[in-house]
Amino acid sequence: MTDVAHRAGSEGREAAVFDRIEAFRRRRPRLLDDVVTLAHGAGGKASAALLDAVFLPGFAGDKPATQTDAAVVVLPSGERLAFSTDSFVVKPLRFPGGSAGHLAVHGTINDLAMMGARPLALSAAFVLEEGFQIDSLREIVADMAEAAAAAGVPIVTGDTKVVDHGAADGMYISTSGIGVIPLGRELSAARVSDGDVIIASGTIGDHGTAVMLARGELALEADIVSDTAPLHELMECLLAAAPSTRWLRDATRGGVGTVCNELARDSDLTVVLEEAALPVRPAVAAACELLGIDPLYVANEGKFVAVVAPDESAAALSALNGHPQGEDAVQIGEIRTEPAGIVVLLTKFGGTRIVDMLVGDPLPRIC
Amino acid sequence: MRFVDEYRDPSAARALVAQITDSAGDDEFKFMEVCGGHTHTIYRHGIEHVLPPSVELVHGPGCPVCVIPMGRVDDAISLAKEPGVIFTSFGDMMRVPGSRGNLLKAKAEGADVRFVYSPLDALRIAIDHPERDVVFFAVGFETTAPSTALTLLQARARRVGNFSVFSNHVTIVPPIRAILESPDLRLDGFLGPGHVSTVIGQRPYRFVPDQYGKPLVTAGFEPLDILQAIAMLLVQIREGRRAVENQYSRVVREEGNPRALAILAEVFELRPYFEWRGLGFISQSALKLRREFESFDAEQRYRLPGLRVADPKACQCGEVLKGVIKPWECKVFGTACTPETPIGTCMVSSEGACAAYYNFGRMHREAAVTLGRRSVSSR
Ligand code: SF4
Repeated sequence: MTDVAHRAGSEGREAAVFDRIEAFRRRRPRLLDDVVTLAHGAGGKASAALLDAVFLPGFAGDKPATQTDAAVVVLPSGERLAFSTDSFVVKPLRFPGGSAGHLAVHGTINDLAMMGARPLALSAAFVLEEGFQIDSLREIVADMAEAAAAAGVPIVTGDTKVVDHGAADGMYISTSGIGVIPLGRELSAARVSDGDVIIASGTIGDHGTAVMLARGELALEADIVSDTAPLHELMECLLAAAPSTRWLRDATRGGVGTVCNELARDSDLTVVLEEAALPVRPAVAAACELLGIDPLYVANEGKFVAVVAPDESAAALSALNGHPQGEDAVQIGEIRTEPAGIVVLLTKFGGTRIVDMLVGDPLPRIC
Repeated sequence: MRFVDEYRDPSAARALVAQITDSAGDDEFKFMEVCGGHTHTIYRHGIEHVLPPSVELVHGPGCPVCVIPMGRVDDAISLAKEPGVIFTSFGDMMRVPGSRGNLLKAKAEGADVRFVYSPLDALRIAIDHPERDVVFFAVGFETTAPSTALTLLQARARRVGNFSVFSNHVTIVPPIRAILESPDLRLDGFLGPGHVSTVIGQRPYRFVPDQYGKPLVTAGFEPLDILQAIAMLLVQIREGRRAVENQYSRVVREEGNPRALAILAEVFELRPYFEWRGLGFISQSALKLRREFESFDAEQRYRLPGLRVADPKACQCGEVLKGVIKPWECKVFGTACTPETPIGTCMVSSEGACAAYYNFGRMHREAAVTLGRRSVSSR
């Protein structure tokens, strides 16, 4: 065999392997563990396996479940309610730029907003550990009240439980929320098509980096604050300027890389991102570089990724940039058709690579 | 991040790629990057798809996590399960499979396993918890060994009695020699490890050109470093020379770091032999604590199973680590073996060839080139 023929043969085999892997990736992951591990909570494949094997059979029966940030409940009147719930177990409770209280309010508002819903009201439940300082609790509650007031979404009901010392890590907060989806609004991956434009509403990786640094494990100091913020107003501003907006997702745990993977999978299209266009603050980039972590996988608490129609992208960007929360909004990529189901990054340096689903929590490399 | 962007400049990259394409001409070249850090850079920045197809990069054994054999992981898990022990480890090691589960699983089952960023963090935990015994899972080449040594010196100076180290430190030169001795491989040269060389310098590699007639260029970790090192290898070959050269001179010195070497020699000695995953036993290839540090040596303080466990049958890590096959040629790659459910170690660490390839490189060259071209032209 000549070298050229040999190379062509090996490329063909390699291609066959890729196809086999893609087919394999599309299969829902199976639950293999007999105990819960931290990976089951990290939002990756292990979480999906737990959901499939335990929660969906229990709660959803055989109905095929669409997995979005919030559920849609249709009222007898025909109006659609978005309904969402979330728990917050962050450590530390306070970090530069916010606290668990802010996150608990913003997180649930954002889950509603990403469905295109106007948030109406929230509930809040607390699990407190015996011995937890009342002053700390007061501070968290004040943060929640402040966040709810600023967002214009009241907390209308709640519950408190106390557990033995050692049975909880200080405090856990759980919030739920409802909102109304205006008539005609339809955001879904099924509406995304070739040539659509991908926008990030601001700088990425701020929250996760701020929390990692605040844990103090890294012996690293930098001026990075969490971006925790409610996104419902920015969402309205976007939809007013770009009414054909296809899809929205807040890039929380797992970061922009993870939500783009969900987008690629759910739309069966290619998400092409440009590394040079990704808005990353220099301090965040430097911290991530040192830790060997990719800012694409770092959590945000006040940023969304939007897919808009190509002819509305300019209007979308100028509307977002005109809003104080969207000053740094930029186009970060576009939708293509091949290779389907995959996120591709065009690197700054001129290369191309895949951005895959993250496995477990990002663990820093050793050298 | 100016200081990094400087080494990622696309126009400089294009010039280097043109030079590489030109000097490679119609011939085919296979170069091995020894270090896992290089493998990571190559895939993370998409370097493979930028190089001409005639220049192939083969991924070497320089990923410290990847070369730890199963039996040692079992030993680590048994240490973690010792009553009263706080077992500390780098994050990478937590997911490495032993014969029955990994450290994360041991942690979920109740063992006190904590991940740390440095051995000093582990020592600090020992000082803060005098009532517990803290064991540090030391892994890595000459890059990380000096910080373990330094920590042990501190532990001795401060008389910390509840701290010990489970040493799995390995050295870089013996596996390179083992690969050069391996009959099933045709290599045209090496990209020498960057970080390790900051410690050991350039001299230890001289046997590569002298005894085996292959060029070696020590390379940095930015994309342009890699391209430049490849260009330097080709220049040597075209000029008919074979030598050890240093592309990473902004960091690596000819003589290495004498102070770090002295500390290493004070604390560690060579083991007569050590098992490498996939490569088998290699003599004088790993470090153990000297007699004087016996009381800090977890292998002396605890009874370890110390069993040799054969690699799983499906696993072809050995061939991948020697560069005999590409990751995708392993039969379980991407199906039974993924970063989520790794069978072999190369799939665990982000520096492992299989993980880097799975996470970043799993794309048809054609598709990569088309997408890349379109982005440049549309700008
Ligand atoms: S795919 Fe898995 S088993 Fe095969 S060589 Fe790679 S790490 Fe080893």
